[in-house]
Amino acid sequence: MKHSEPAARSPLGLRLVTVAVLLFMHLPMAIILLYAFTTDESTFVFPPPGLTTNWFRVAMGRADVWRALGLSMRVAAVSTLVAIVLGTLAAAAVYRARFFGREAISFALVLPIALPGIVSGIALRSAIGVLNVPFSFWTIVVGHATFCMVVVYNNVLARFRRTGRSQIEASMDLGANPFQTFRHVVLPAIATALLAGGILAFALSFDEIIVTTFTAGQEQTLPIWMFSQLTKPRSRPVTNVVAVFVVALTTIPILLANRLTERTIE
Amino acid sequence: MTATALGPAAPRPLLHRLGTFIYLRPWLVLSLLLGPPLLWMVVIYLGSIASLIVQSFFYLDPFTGQVIREFTLSTYRELFVPAHLEIFLRTALMAAAVTIATAVLAFPFAYFMARFASRRTKAALYLAVLLPLWSSYLVRVYAWRLILAKEGILNWFLERLNLLGVLEAALRIPVIGGPSLSVSFLGMFIVFVYVWLPYMILPIQAALERVPQSLLEASGDLGARPRRTLRHVTLPLAFPGVLAGSIFTFSLTLGDFVVPYSLGNSSFFIGQAVLSFTGTAFNIPLAAAFTVVPMVIMGFYLIGARELGAFEAL
Repeated sequence: MKHSEPAARSPLGLRLVTVAVLLFMHLPMAIILLYAFTTDESTFVFPPPGLTTNWFRVAMGRADVWRALGLSMRVAAVSTLVAIVLGTLAAAAVYRARFFGREAISFALVLPIALPGIVSGIALRSAIGVLNVPFSFWTIVVGHATFCMVVVYNNVLARFRRTGRSQIEASMDLGANPFQTFRHVVLPAIATALLAGGILAFALSFDEIIVTTFTAGQEQTLPIWMFSQLTKPRSRPVTNVVAVFVVALTTIPILLANRLTERTIE
Repeated sequence: MTATALGPAAPRPLLHRLGTFIYLRPWLVLSLLLGPPLLWMVVIYLGSIASLIVQSFFYLDPFTGQVIREFTLSTYRELFVPAHLEIFLRTALMAAAVTIATAVLAFPFAYFMARFASRRTKAALYLAVLLPLWSSYLVRVYAWRLILAKEGILNWFLERLNLLGVLEAALRIPVIGGPSLSVSFLGMFIVFVYVWLPYMILPIQAALERVPQSLLEASGDLGARPRRTLRHVTLPLAFPGVLAGSIFTFSLTLGDFVVPYSLGNSSFFIGQAVLSFTGTAFNIPLAAAFTVVPMVIMGFYLIGARELGAFEAL
């Protein structure tokens, strides 16, 4: 990565706009945090009439929240596993070989993210309908794995391109069979890329709502639970607490994923 | 090279021979590597898209509520009902407005990141953009329910600044206004800009990083003021980045139903319409035909963006 030293002092106007945009992007999250402690139960009145930690206890006791969280975790875990295997295979193929339609692979993999979410959602929904498959945990996973694949693919392919081929060739020349080479040379080289890609895929799945709405049937993932609270707010204080919890839960792994990919650039 | 090639507990020499056998046949390696992901994408994803398109040529029997699996164009004809055309127009206009607004906000931010920020600041700003991009989409929409509510923080703030009148005047504007910001196209617009802004910042920043320093210096040496360099050198070179970002903001707005459901009124957007056709009416053919519209719009958009060089900036 090229980094030119800062050319000159930035114009005041530009600095002000930058700070304003930064605040616009992050103040709303601070406000959510504040509302998790409000004593007010039925409105969004500001300033909060009083502060309490009571809602955290209430939220902890909510079975529906725990169920939704559990389902989201399991879906994200399985989808990430599938995405890791398939995304890595695709990255290895594109890196290793030249073949007809190689350019199309990246395009096909990014399609589930590039096309509007409802397209993927209703497409899977109509396939489920045509095949008469019952909605289940697995219909959610299939949808999630499809759009998570590209994240792993991108991370691993970038790593392959940086590490190069020479180590693999050396390993083969020294008599290792392809499985040994994979286990002892390739895997260590791409391990952090796999972890970073895996974390981001997990985050993507954990957060997804548009496609999930069409593939979940009666099942409730955490985003679907939150969406139901958005449209028909029944328990606002609990929703506030869950919101804070979701932010806390996803922030740390994403920071970690960023670190993992950053270190290899240096 | 892959786990799929492993036989059940084969003895080592055989494994070795098998590995070498595969390795020496590039076509075999390729098909073992590419086979599973390609099958998945073709069968599950493209297959689903195909079934979507096929379904759009079926129709719903209005009396029995059953999907009739016969070829017909009548479902597509339904798209041209004025109420439906209005939905498409409304969604496309919102997507365009949101795209322009995010570009206007993202550009100075990205410009500061690429040109003026120190390494450390740049890394911090990068994280500040990355975090909202990857997480808590629903939480971020939900936050605006708190902010835009009539009794919420924004109104409280405007009241202290004696600016409530301005807001009320804005809300009185037909079409984009409404009873409060939390139930209006204006509020929806703000929230869309908020949630998609990171998708615009990152490609613009990447494009700006690639503008060679030497070109800027040359422009300066030739007597151009910074403003002129920005307009005639930096902006044209960064434009593919703006286009790349606009693919995301446009597509994401076209396909969203969370924001319209949370902050909208009874005037539907494409996503809402599709959801209601599948959810309550079980009219999958109409939902499918409806989704073909954003697909076609995005198809043209992608082709146009590619012509203008957006893909090099991705």
